[in-house]
Amino acid sequence: MSHVSSKGLYYTIFISLIILTGVTVAIARVDLGAWNTPIALAVAAVKATLVILFFMGVRNNTPLTKVVAASGFLWLIILFGITMGDYLTRSWLGIPGR
Amino acid sequence: MHPAHENHGGHHPMLQHHFFNMGQQLEASILGMWVFLVTEVMFFGGLFMAYLLYRTLYPAAWLAGSHELNEVLGGLNTVVLICSSLTMALAVRAAQVGARMAQIVNIILTMGFGTTFLVVKYYEYAAKFEHHLVPGAHFDPTREPAQQLYFSLYFMMTGIHALHMVVGLGIMAWILYGAWKGHFNAEYFAPVEIAGLYWHFVDIVWIFLFPLLYLIGKHQ
Amino acid sequence: MNHAVNEPRSYLDAPYGVASWLLTKDHKRIALLYLISITVFFLIGALFAAGIRAELMTPEGDLFTADMYNKLFTLHGVVMVFFFLIPSIPATLGNFLVPIMCGAKDLAFPKINLLSWYLYLIGATLTLGAVFMGGVDTGWTFYTPYSSMASNTNVTLAAVGVFIAGFSSILTGFNFVVTIHRMRAPGLTWFRMPLFLWAMYATSLVMILGTPVVAITLLMVGAEAALGFGIFDPRVGGDPVLFQHLFWFYSHPAVYIMILPGMGVISELVAAVSRKQIFGYSFVAYSSLAIAIIGFLVWGHHMFVSSQSIYAGLVFSIITMIVAVPSAVKTFNWTATLYRGSITWESPTYWVIGFIGLFLVGGLTGLFLGAMGLDVHLHDTYFVVAHFHYIMVGGGVMAFLGGVHFWWPKMTGRTYPETLGKISAVLVFVGFNLTFLPQFVVGYLGMPRRYHAYPEEFQILNVVSTGGASVLGIGYLLIIGYLVASMFKPRNATANPWGATGLEWDIPSPPTTFNFEIDPVVTEDAYNYAGRAQKTGDN
Repeated sequence: MSHVSSKGLYYTIFISLIILTGVTVAIARVDLGAWNTPIALAVAAVKATLVILFFMGVRNNTPLTKVVAASGFLWLIILFGITMGDYLTRSWLGIPGR
Repeated sequence: MHPAHENHGGHHPMLQHHFFNMGQQLEASILGMWVFLVTEVMFFGGLFMAYLLYRTLYPAAWLAGSHELNEVLGGLNTVVLICSSLTMALAVRAAQVGARMAQIVNIILTMGFGTTFLVVKYYEYAAKFEHHLVPGAHFDPTREPAQQLYFSLYFMMTGIHALHMVVGLGIMAWILYGAWKGHFNAEYFAPVEIAGLYWHFVDIVWIFLFPLLYLIGKHQ
Repeated sequence: MNHAVNEPRSYLDAPYGVASWLLTKDHKRIALLYLISITVFFLIGALFAAGIRAELMTPEGDLFTADMYNKLFTLHGVVMVFFFLIPSIPATLGNFLVPIMCGAKDLAFPKINLLSWYLYLIGATLTLGAVFMGGVDTGWTFYTPYSSMASNTNVTLAAVGVFIAGFSSILTGFNFVVTIHRMRAPGLTWFRMPLFLWAMYATSLVMILGTPVVAITLLMVGAEAALGFGIFDPRVGGDPVLFQHLFWFYSHPAVYIMILPGMGVISELVAAVSRKQIFGYSFVAYSSLAIAIIGFLVWGHHMFVSSQSIYAGLVFSIITMIVAVPSAVKTFNWTATLYRGSITWESPTYWVIGFIGLFLVGGLTGLFLGAMGLDVHLHDTYFVVAHFHYIMVGGGVMAFLGGVHFWWPKMTGRTYPETLGKISAVLVFVGFNLTFLPQFVVGYLGMPRRYHAYPEEFQILNVVSTGGASVLGIGYLLIIGYLVASMFKPRNATANPWGATGLEWDIPSPPTTFNFEIDPVVTEDAYNYAGRAQKTGDN
């Protein structure tokens, strides 16, 4: 349980996070059309994953902790996916208000 | 049967009566914190849902709103929070190896970064009030109404995030007290560990808020 | 502590006095604190219901003004849903039984458990404050724009109350999940757990994953009402239907917060009253999880007629049919357990039979409402009102009362008069059906809910309904009467009055503070009635 990670690992993760912050700022200045936001979110997701796995120690934790950590994000996808499923299919019939 | 039930001899003074041993107690608190963080994810999730819908419906308002935010201050705060996460992780490590001075130094550094974040946030908010960007009766009437949605969500998301930072600073103060008294060591470091989980979570929220609020259409 | 007591005392006796109760960390005492508080709120909610039924005796809106009537049904809903039904079984029976059934000394976080009760009290007090300051008239759903723009009453205060009570429910669920994962006794594997634990686990998942969303939604409404943040305000482009999505993302699963614990109670009771291993244990266990998970995918069936896309409606309608399956699995398994069981006609038996019948009607009428086409006709009529009362009162409250009757000797060490227990179960069953069966009919004929006046041709059925409500009320008062009276009698309950299996029946009634003097080790499946009968037969 009480797995002690090396300080070097923490510094590596820290530097990666700083670099990724730079990357996300830099990419925002390039016109990628519709891809700007997905890429920004992907970079944010990588950063969050690094924090969760290493700083929060999920890497060395029980499978249960991994499931719990993942379940929050899974339920967010349910909330976002189904709600947007309503809004994005509203115009399919071509009848206003239907 | 269950490894958590093996009782390794004598009772640790920090062992609560209803647990079998320190291992079970630590596992229970870590699981508890993760379950709590799931509720936090869903709590912020409602705001992200509103953000997703309105950004889809009103892309122009989002672009205009985002251009009013100060990217430099937002980026600075991102770096500040990442630094605080590093010192937090080092504080937990120091507790695990029982290094009292390293705990104290790292917790104080974490609190320092947290406070810096809030000070920067204060100046950002003040500018929004000055420029009539706070939704409600005093919102700049020359702007498209949907921009109020952007700023409503901006203030709720960053405001609730800042509130979590304030709570986090309170927790850090309590952990600092424990570290000062030398309570934490390889046997008993659960409070530092779960405080760390909370702090990192608040950092993760900001990692998403920064590109979603500050970095829309910077190439235009 | 100067008097030397070697023998451990029951949790009711161990330190006495008001402070020892108000600062207790004992899950059993907190369960009793909750039991008292939710009973008070049940009575308050029932008072509002009595007002509604009295008004509906006559077709004219003569007893209350339309405004007053709006407040009555809103407060009835808010109090009953948030301050009675949601905490009813989890916070009382759940708090009492989860650690004992796990073989643990307490919940994983006893202080947080106490905090949850205080949060409940604070939330409830704020909401009651809103009642005294003039009431709330939005309906229990707090739909925008009623709650943000059109309402000049005390919505914000009531919403803050519900918000805070939401955290008490989150903390209860959080405590149960950690306890069930980390505090089970040696040998108590997942598939040896009593089905009540499975049900509480599934309920806790819903509390944890759903409640925060309604909390933030109410916060957004509060920010809109108090600060002018227009998140759901159409004037700035906001969409009130988003509120409904966010609200029902929690509130549909919340229906399962109200019924899943009841299903858990009934699973315990069915096995105990028929002296049999439950039929298809693992199906009943998994169906609890299935309900909790699929229950999160059906919320749009509350929104078929609120401008939702019909494609989304179609999907929601289909998934609604699917979520009925695990409930049906449970019902079949309960009846299969009763079939050729050695059924003893004790008072819990009456509640079990009543529950199965009423839940069946409630569940099947739910399919009517989940069918998208039919719902256009039935939406917002008394049919809906009757349906959810069959689930929540016919299901949830019957199970709660059945559980209270079953575990009362364990919780208090006292017995109640068996005959009165049976009479009250019959009274509640008859009164309930008289109240709500006619509402299916008036609803189908087109009587809308939430109006204080109605056409004359509906009067006969409404009078029957009001009459039934009085019978129901007498049944409830009778129960409160004899249960309270039993508290003033000497403790006469044996450790296992029903001859049931389960860790809670192996310890004294009432239990000692730390539940178990020797840490239990579990060596058999739940409901091993056959094994027990053999053991006693051998002797």
